[in-house]
Amino acid sequence: MLEITNLHASVGDKPILKGLTLSVPAGEIHAIMGPNGAGKSTLSNVLGGKPGYEVTAGSVTFRGEDLLALEPHERAAKGLFLGFQYPVEIPGVSNVQFLREALNSQRKARGEEPLSGGEFLKLAKDKAGLLKMDMEMLKRQVNVGFSGGEKKRAEMVQMGILDPAFAVLDETDSGLDIDALRIVGAGINAIMRAPDKAVLLITHYQRLLDVVAPDKVSILAGGRIVETGGPELALRLEAEGYDAVMA
Amino acid sequence: MTLATLPTRRDEAWRYADMDGVARLGVAALDQWQAIDVAAGESLTRCLVVGSDAPELHRFRVTLGEGATAAFFVTNAGSDYTRVEVEARLARGAHFEFGGVTIGGAGVTREFVTQVVHAEPEATSNQTIRAVHWAGATGNFLGEIKVARHAQKTDAAQDFKGLLLEAGASANAVPQLEIFADDVKCAHGATVGALDEAARFYMMARGLDPATAQRLLVQAFIGDAFVALEDEAERETLLDAALAALEGAKL
Repeated sequence: MLEITNLHASVGDKPILKGLTLSVPAGEIHAIMGPNGAGKSTLSNVLGGKPGYEVTAGSVTFRGEDLLALEPHERAAKGLFLGFQYPVEIPGVSNVQFLREALNSQRKARGEEPLSGGEFLKLAKDKAGLLKMDMEMLKRQVNVGFSGGEKKRAEMVQMGILDPAFAVLDETDSGLDIDALRIVGAGINAIMRAPDKAVLLITHYQRLLDVVAPDKVSILAGGRIVETGGPELALRLEAEGYDAVMA
Repeated sequence: MTLATLPTRRDEAWRYADMDGVARLGVAALDQWQAIDVAAGESLTRCLVVGSDAPELHRFRVTLGEGATAAFFVTNAGSDYTRVEVEARLARGAHFEFGGVTIGGAGVTREFVTQVVHAEPEATSNQTIRAVHWAGATGNFLGEIKVARHAQKTDAAQDFKGLLLEAGASANAVPQLEIFADDVKCAHGATVGALDEAARFYMMARGLDPATAQRLLVQAFIGDAFVALEDEAERETLLDAALAALEGAKL
C-alpha cells in the first residue's frame, strides 16, 4: 500500500532522511521506533506534505500513485491520514464544522455525494463514542482548551470520521495517561485494523504497542531504517535500549 | 458650513486615506453626515455592507441618550476607496458597539474612523475591527476615544486585528485615547499578522482544499467583529459579503 524507496529529505539545508526504504502492505500495522533526532517526525511530515520539507531523492508510492506529487489535501482525499504529534488549535472553528467540511471536501474530490448535516452528526457521534468523547467537546473549537490527552483522542475521532485507508500516527501516545492510552489504542484497533487498511505507528514506547499489537517493528536511526523485525524487536529495544540493539 | 478644500494627509484623521479616492469623492461629499439620535433607553442596530466600484464615504453622527444603545456592524469590501466614519456621543449609562471588517485586495484602501465621546459617567463602548488584505491593499482603523472630565466609570474597549495574506498589503491602527476622568477603564489592542500556516497545513492534511481552509480561517478571524450582533440572519449577510470578497484572494 505504501512503498518508500531510498527517500532523502531535508529541512532547510539540513539532510534528515538519508535513503529511507520501507514497504507497508495492506493489513499491516508497522511501528517505527527510533532515538530522538532520527527523523521520525520528518518522515511523517514528508508523507503528509508539510511545507518546508524538501525531498531531494527517492520516491513514495501510495496505492500505486506518486504520493509526493500530490498536495496535502489531495493525499487526504486518496486515503492518507496524518495524526499530529502536536494537534493544532484553530480558534473560531468548531470541530463539527471543520470535520464536516473536511469530510465533504474529501468526498467531493473522490466524486462522492456530500453528507448532510444530520448524517454527519450521526457519524460523528458514533466515532466520538468509540473514543469515549462527549459530543459537547466536538461542538467546541478545534483543540482549543483541550488537554494533551483530549487532543490525541480528538485526533482519533477525526480519524474515525474520515475513515482513511492509511494512517501515519506520529507519537499519538505522547501526553496520554494510562487510561487514555488504552482508549486511544483501542480506537486505533477499531478504526484501522482491517485487511484493506494499514498504519505507520511512530512511537517511543512499548506501552502503546501493548495495546496496538504491531505486525512489524522497524528502527529508524540516522535517517534510515536500520532494522526491521516482528513485535519482539520492540520488546528488545525496551529492555536493552537503542545502542545495544543497533550495535 | 462648507469645506472649502479637500483634506490632506496632514490631517490626522486622513493620514492613511487614499487621497486620489478622496479627490474623486469631491468636496461636496465631505459635508454629508447622517445624524442619528437614539433617545434615552432606546436601542438601535445598523448593519451595513459598503463598498462598490466607485469611492464611497459614509459618515454617521450618533447621539445616545441616557441608557441608550447604538450598535453598528459593517462589512467594508468595495473595490474602490471606501471610508466609514462614526462619531458617537454617549450620555450617562449609554452603550456604543462597533464591529467592522475591512476585507479585500486590488490595491484599494478601506478604512474605519470612529470617534467615541464618553460625555457623561457610566457609559460603555466596545469596538472590534478586523482587517483582511492582500494584493497591495490597505485596511485602516483610526479610533479615537474621548472621556470627559466628569465621565467617571467609563468602560471603553477597542480591539484591532489585521491579517495580511501576502507581502505588500498593509494594515494601520491608530488608537487615540483622550482621558480626562480618573476612574475609567479604557482598553485598546492592535496586532497584525499573517495566516496561521500550522493551522492551514493541519486543515489541508484533513482534506480541506487551500481555498476552503483559508476561508474557514478568515471566517473565524473576522467572526469576532460580529459576535455582538444577535440577529443571526444579519450576521450571516455581513459574513457572506466579507467572504465573497475573499474569492480570488491570494492563497
